[in-house]
Amino acid sequence: MKIDLTINTDLACQILTEFLRNEITRSGFHHALVGLSGGVDSSLSCFLAAEALGPKNVTAVRMPYKSSSADSMEHAQMVIDQLGVNSITIPITELADGLIDQFPEMNDRRRGNIMARARMIVLYDQSEVSRGLVVGTGNKTEILLGYTTLFGDSASALNPLGDLYKTQVRQLAAAMGVPKVIIEKPPTADLWLGQTDEGELGFTYAEVDRLLYLLVDQRYHPRDCVEAGFSEDFVRGVVERIRRSQYKRMLPLIAKLSNRTVGYDFLYLRDWGT
Amino acid sequence: MKLTLGLAQINTCLGDVQANLDRHLEFAREASAQGTDLLMFPELSLTGYVLQDLASSIAHRASPDDPVFRPLLKASRDLKLDLLVGFVDEDSRHRFFISAAYLSQGEVVHVHHKVYLPTYGLFDEGRFFAWGDTVRAFDTRFGRMGTLICEDFWHASPPYLLWLDGADLFLFISASPGRGLSASPRLESAHWVEFINRGYASLFTSFVAHTNRVGFEDGLTFWGGGTIFDPNGDLIAQGPYFEEALTLAEIDLNQLHRTRGRLPLLRDERTGLVQRELARILGEERS
Repeated sequence: MKIDLTINTDLACQILTEFLRNEITRSGFHHALVGLSGGVDSSLSCFLAAEALGPKNVTAVRMPYKSSSADSMEHAQMVIDQLGVNSITIPITELADGLIDQFPEMNDRRRGNIMARARMIVLYDQSEVSRGLVVGTGNKTEILLGYTTLFGDSASALNPLGDLYKTQVRQLAAAMGVPKVIIEKPPTADLWLGQTDEGELGFTYAEVDRLLYLLVDQRYHPRDCVEAGFSEDFVRGVVERIRRSQYKRMLPLIAKLSNRTVGYDFLYLRDWGT
Repeated sequence: MKLTLGLAQINTCLGDVQANLDRHLEFAREASAQGTDLLMFPELSLTGYVLQDLASSIAHRASPDDPVFRPLLKASRDLKLDLLVGFVDEDSRHRFFISAAYLSQGEVVHVHHKVYLPTYGLFDEGRFFAWGDTVRAFDTRFGRMGTLICEDFWHASPPYLLWLDGADLFLFISASPGRGLSASPRLESAHWVEFINRGYASLFTSFVAHTNRVGFEDGLTFWGGGTIFDPNGDLIAQGPYFEEALTLAEIDLNQLHRTRGRLPLLRDERTGLVQRELARILGEERS
């Protein structure tokens, strides 16, 4: 099986910008907010939102923590300048440290999750100020791997990137004019110094995207992926990651008691009536 | 004989039948002003597609006393425009069918109930709707036609049955969610539907018209791109992808005469052989 993750970027851009415009305006909104980290995912979401609604109807929110790298702020500024979107910078240090400082023994994972959730609070608060919707920045790779903070960076009103692998995000970002330095730098959640996604995950996005494409899109059995040339440990590890993180891709479980229960047999699209 | 066929590629409001009816009447007036004889709307054009628990509350009967069909029937008479519309039909036993109604000169000529309800992948139609159980061609003032709804023509047998039942013009309607993004400028779902419609036109030496809706429902995008193929399998009209549009084409029904004179596939079709072998195959399955 030839694994080809190439996408037609014109078609992707057309569908995703129309998706944003359509779904934001039909629910009565005209404004979008993007938490802009200076990474490729949020930069691309910002580009798509600006294309969909016009830059004046988009607000990029920068939310640095005291340990955030200076590059992140600079790269986010490049995107803001290039697109001409509105921007606001709201540091989360005091908000996050209000909790972090109470637990001196706190590990990086807890601290990282608090930062991600602090940013969610800021973003949703700002969405009230500008009467806009929060546009998501999570890609298909991280959603499948569960490499997100639940109710943190995964929180949004709608997400144009959720069906694009990281490899494809880079491709679309390049086509839309996201600065090269942003596309080419090592992906990082920037939650602590020196953190990189690929270092933490233990594999590269290029590798795992090819495997995910077989497992998910092509419905390959794990043993067929091994036969296709992926190492057994790698395949087993990724399959297990997907299984263990299923909860992050779902709404909280509701225990069924009545004859009609939200999520089981009370079924309507969000676009109901529009 | 010639007729002007119109493909209405509309967006719909999910569950708002009145808003969708208004849109139908707007398109009908516009099409009529441009000399259209027959205007086709997409699958579930009066209701929207992912209806789920809305299914029972937006159902209608294709009859003159129905508040939605009354103005449509009136339009078909006043505008001298035949209409094919998509809706949810509730039968007298209160079963709900994904349906298409052909209206002409103030009369309901034919109602088709979708016979294949996709219930796999992103589709869940079998959970909410009843399965139709007839595939019938019908006579119109332009000749004998057949209509099918989306998944109906992903299976080869319904178009084949319509062909044997005398349909020379196939009216296919869809609410097809776009999927399969690759390096190609066309989605895989669009490629597949165009490919098989060209195939049916060629194999059945018939006209095959297809219209598909546009717009979004939550994260689903509907790709439009309606087509009309002639009995040679040649594309004679195509609507744009993703945009609302009214696409018109003049159809020369004499092309049936010319193509079938050259290529007598219908004449030579061995229906008795099909019937014998089918009986044997189904008989073997039972034993």
